[in-house]
Formats: sequence, structure tokens, C-alpha cells
Amino acid sequence: MKIKPYGDTFNDGKVQLSFTLPVSKSAKGIATAKEIAKGMGLINPAIVHAEGIGDEFSFYIVYGSTKTVIDFENIKVEEITSEALSREEIEALIKKEFGRNIVFVGASTGTDAHTVGIDAIMNMKGFAGHYGLERYHGITAYNLGSQVTNEDFVKFAREKNADVLLVSQTVTQKEVHLKNMIDLVELLETEGLRDHIVLVAGGARISHSLAKELGYDAGFGPGNYAEDVATFAINTLINKRGEK
Amino acid sequence: MNKLNLSQTQIQSCRKYANIIANDVQEFINKHTTVSVERTVLRLLGVDGVDEFSVPIPNRLVDDVIKNGDISLGISVYIASALFFTNLSLNKFLDYYSKNDFSICDYDLVDKAQTFKILKPYYEANLNKIRDNKNIRKNYIKKYPREKTDIYVIVATGNIDEDVIQAVSAAKAGADIIAVIRSTGQSLLDYVPFGKTTEGFGGTFATQENFRIMRSALDKVSEEEKRYIYLVNYASGLCMPEIACMGALERLDVLLNDSMYGIIFRDINMQRTFVDQYFSRLINAYSGIIINTGEDNYLTTADAVEEAHTVTASQFINEAFAKLAHLPNKLMGLGHAFEIDPEVEDSFVMELAQAQLAREIFPEAPLKYMPPTKHINGNIFRAYQQNAMFNMVTTMTNQSIHLLGMMTEAIHTPYMSDRYLAIKNAKMIQRSMKSLGDEILYKENGRIQNRAKEVLNNAEKLLKQIAYEGMFNSLAKGVFAQTKRTMTGGKGLDGVFKKSDKYINVVLYKMEESFNED
Repeated sequence: MKIKPYGDTFNDGKVQLSFTLPVSKSAKGIATAKEIAKGMGLINPAIVHAEGIGDEFSFYIVYGSTKTVIDFENIKVEEITSEALSREEIEALIKKEFGRNIVFVGASTGTDAHTVGIDAIMNMKGFAGHYGLERYHGITAYNLGSQVTNEDFVKFAREKNADVLLVSQTVTQKEVHLKNMIDLVELLETEGLRDHIVLVAGGARISHSLAKELGYDAGFGPGNYAEDVATFAINTLINKRGEK
Repeated sequence: MNKLNLSQTQIQSCRKYANIIANDVQEFINKHTTVSVERTVLRLLGVDGVDEFSVPIPNRLVDDVIKNGDISLGISVYIASALFFTNLSLNKFLDYYSKNDFSICDYDLVDKAQTFKILKPYYEANLNKIRDNKNIRKNYIKKYPREKTDIYVIVATGNIDEDVIQAVSAAKAGADIIAVIRSTGQSLLDYVPFGKTTEGFGGTFATQENFRIMRSALDKVSEEEKRYIYLVNYASGLCMPEIACMGALERLDVLLNDSMYGIIFRDINMQRTFVDQYFSRLINAYSGIIINTGEDNYLTTADAVEEAHTVTASQFINEAFAKLAHLPNKLMGLGHAFEIDPEVEDSFVMELAQAQLAREIFPEAPLKYMPPTKHINGNIFRAYQQNAMFNMVTTMTNQSIHLLGMMTEAIHTPYMSDRYLAIKNAKMIQRSMKSLGDEILYKENGRIQNRAKEVLNNAEKLLKQIAYEGMFNSLAKGVFAQTKRTMTGGKGLDGVFKKSDKYINVVLYKMEESFNED
């Protein structure tokens, strides 16, 4: 099936966008905004709103139709396919398969000071009604908080015999997260730990494919909860054990 | 103002417990000094700059005394002795010191009276400069009176020149307060970077030169807009008093300066933080800088419905510490936040109760009210609606420092248009709902009154427990943000020193003296 964005009619291709130009609001500014939309490939762009921001900037809201058509069937994505189990199912699975507690160690690593993500997955209370890993029977969860160096993170993981490492990255300005994430993989490899643990990344700008590319087992973006992460981690641990 | 029908006896009881808690910690504070306190003394004498290896001179001098002398005497006597025996001016001595390899501890030590006498011209020059800054601000505020709610936005490009462009644009769109977010990780540096910077991650380095550049740009736009635009930066971290000192010298107006934030959220050692926060807040009090506290952060980690009382309890504690540092009520920007999951039934009603509660307990404080961040999910349209609800509570409960929410929270540092739309959102609500708060009374024993009472009850219980167990033990148990910290854990403990009986801190002494005169 070939598709385009849907406004109010199939394949009308309608999209909206907004942007700022570094010039004051004027007829010339509006004409420029229109040219930019055309340059982006929009058909019949309409500048539905223009407003000055201070003296030297102006803001535009634009609607238009895109020419781009995509064959939906030809799109391939790498997705975490396992359907998330419930907390109870995960607890039962750990009991049956391992008969011991599975150790999760999580942190917001590097210079990153944001803990909302890692807290949402790990803290007892969890997020939006989804309990965090601390609440799970059969899981020992250590949340080290923010600004944990990769060295301290790995040291702690070794001390606690961690099965699963959760790395949260929120600040992605100037790609600061990529270097930090790669450094961790290298450190784990040097220490001979990489094959023994499940390594998972998470954050607002983290995708599964990005995480895989950097040498992680999985990446979880927005809209994932503790059960999504736990299901993946436990299944991966079971598979890893099978391989040995 | 008593719409919530709160018990004044209960509020007094909370204050009593908070005072017990703070006084207990203050005893510890008075017996200790830290590397950052001593570096701040140097800065207030006029020591600045870096050596050929980019090490700040204040760090070099203090480290020198730790290694070769006795830091428990304080840095004051060492610098005074060096000036006395070399017979050089401070600048000449520093020039000589930074270029040669010798210890400042090589000189015999002068006595206390001599120390004050030798250093007097230096600390007086800087204390006078700070007092002048206080007067300049006072005159600006007289010339351009402020509204009861100030709109506060953040710039964070990493490049101070780009920050200036964004700040000026935000001020012209209606912002009253501009904060320059620091580069991520700066709070963990045990020195303050030097000079102008144009590279940073998630923010811009707090340096004295960057402060100066932004202050000068905001003064210009203040005159144009006929509104005095406040400048904010962040002190929390290992250099709290040094940043307060730089802020005082460059006329910042607001400084994030919580008594416990560094301990809980940056894992900085609690002994270090408590000692640093006192000196830092004393400088703020002396300079007329509004402090902001960080209770809002508790709710990003813990649940905003269940843990609301920890915010209130912490506000009482921050108030008690602030009083000990001579800060008047009008400089206590106690923090709180709109962080309840918007999907929870009556979340707006509970937010209203909490915001009104803070307003009624701290009627003179310039309360800092923080926008939703935890339950913002990337849907910018939903976020815009959440921010509108937050703006309504702000206006209805007369919050003072209104930190605007961005619809692109958790996506990127704000674009110019994000900030602009946020200001327009807040302004429309401020204008259209201006008198609504004054028109409304809350139902006797209704949901709002009862929620506020419940929170205050729980806050009182928690304060009583902390007063009984002591602050250090309570932090070890994780009373705030469900985060546990120990007395000897965390960063920066190696920079804490017990003061000797002969300890001298010329600046601390002069400031405390001036408060006791008032």
C-alpha cells in the first residue's frame, strides 16, 4: 500500500510545520517562509500564521502537502518483538527459570544529571501506574542515580554480580551521549564482562536501532515501562544461557 | 490570606521543629571550613585568574596551604603574612606567586589584628562593590516596579554569545527573569572555570566573565523595555560560595542555592554542602540576591501526590537555614512544582491546594514555582495544555517566580519559538485570569482545604521525626526524594576541615558583623 500523510482525505499528503526565521516579520519574511516550505518539497504551502518574535526574529506556522509517497510494505524496522509480560508473569518466569534473584543495575551515566527516565523504570513507584523494578519479586534493583562515571558503574556491577545493566541518557545535545555510550561498551569488553550481561539503553532520544548500532542489546525510547524492559532482559538472559 | 483555614499553631510547630533541625546542623557548620569557602575568601579579596596550566589561582593557593601549611587556620592569615613579608600589593604578589615555584606557607604568620589590618583595603574594595551592586539593583527596581509574578525562562546554548541573543529576544517577548543553565557536570567540578566560554553541553559554563557579559546585555535590554530583567545562575555543587561571590560581584539577582540539593541530587558530601551553603547564603544575604531552593526536584524522583509533604517540610528547613544565614523572607525563593500526573483525577485541584498552601505558609517569600516536566511525553500539543493548567495555578495562587514550562520539554533545549510561545501562553493567562484568585474562596472542609491540611499534617510529622533523629541520620534514611546519603559518602569530603581555635576568615567576620549591626 502506498501512503502519504493523512489530513482529511486519503493521501492528501497534508503536513504542518513551524519554524523561526532570523529576520523581523514582514511581507518579505512571509514570502521567504513560503519559499522554504516549497524548497522542502511541499505543494501549495500556506503560511497560516506569522508573528514577530522580538526585533530580529519571526515565527511561522505552515500547512502544505508533501509529494513523498511511501510503499508501506517495503519499510523494514528493527523492533523489540517480544510482547511485554505482566509483572506477575515476569516474576513467575524468573522463579521458574532461575530460582534466584536477577540483579539489575541502572544509572544515568557520564555527566548526565537527569534521572526521570531511570527512576521511571527502576523506582518502586514506577511511572504512570506501571510499577518500577524495585517492586518486582525476584529482581534486585540498584538505581545509582545520575552523573555516575562508566568506571564506577562497571565496578558496582561487578561487585553486585549484575545480570542486567540499564543506562539512561537524556542530554543528547552535540551528541554527548554517543561517546559516553560507546565508552561503556568498550570498558565492559576490556573487563571481559560484556558477554555475561544484558546491556540496555534508554532515553527520550534513544531508539532500538541506535542502541544496537552502538553495541547494546536493546534500546528503549519514550512510552516504555518497567515491564517492557524486564521482559526483554529476562528473555535475553534465558536465550544467552541456552547458547552456552 | 487564609483561604485554606490552616492552623497557625501547626505552622508554628513546623517552624519550631525546622529550627531545631537547622540549629543542630549549624553547630557543625560553625566548627568547619571547606576548600571552596577558603577559595571564596580569596576571591573576595580580589584573587582571580588562572596560571599557565589553567589552574585557578584561588585553587592553587588553597591547595598549597593544605599541602604545606595548616588550612584549619584559614587562608586569610597566609595571604596576609605573604603580603606583609614581601611588602607587595596583592596583584604584584599573585603575579610573582603564579610565575614562581614556592609555597605561600614559607612566611612566618602574622597575628589576627595584623591579618585584618593588612587585608582591609582588599576586602573593603570588594564588599563595597557588592554593596554598590545592591544599590544599583534597588534603584532599578524603584525606577521600574515589578509585577507580582515574574516570568522566568532559561537559555542553554552552551555559547554565551548565542545565549545573549536568546535572552534578549525572550526579554523582549515578556520574560522578566533569565537563567543561564550551566553546562552539564559543572556542579561536580571543584573549581570555577575562567573567562568567556562558547562551548558547553546542555548549558553554558558559569564563569565570572560570562556573568558579566550577560549582565551587561540584560542591563541594555532593561533600559529599552523599561523593566529590570533579573539574571539567574546556579550555585549548587562543589563551588557554591565561589559562585555566590561571583554572582555578587557581577550583580546576579537570583541564585539557585538550596541547602540540600547537592547532597540529594548530585551526591555531594553532606558535611561539605552544609558548610558551603551557609557561607554562600551569607553572601547572598549581603548582596540582596534572592535564593531559590530545589524542592521541586523531589517530585521528579518521588511521587507528587504521596510525597507532597516532603516538599513542604523541606521548605520549612530551607527557611530555617536561610534565617541563620541572615536572609530576610523577601529573599527566600522557596521552590515547589506542578508535577502530579495529569491523568490523575483532580490533579489540578491538588496542585491548586499545594500551591496555595505554600503561599499561605510563606506569605512574604518570592516562591519559585516549577512547571511540569516528569509527565511531559513528547506530545508538544498535550504539553502546551499542561503548561496552561500550570500557568493558571500560578496566577490563581500568586506565585512569585514563575518558571515557564516548554512544550518541547524532554525533546531538546528550547528553541527560540518554544520560549516565545511559552511566554505568550503565560501572559494570556496572567491577563485574562488576573483577579480570579482574589474572587475565589475555597469550600470549608472541601477537597482543596482537606488536601492542604493533609499535606501540612504529614509535613509536621516528618519534621518532628527529623528533629528527633537529626538531619544527618534522616538524610541517611532517604527522607527526601527517596535518596539515601551518608555522612561520609559522596563527593568533596576531602575538602572539609575542622577549624582551629585560631581560625580567621576576614570576610565571614565582616559580613556577620554587618548583619549584627543592622
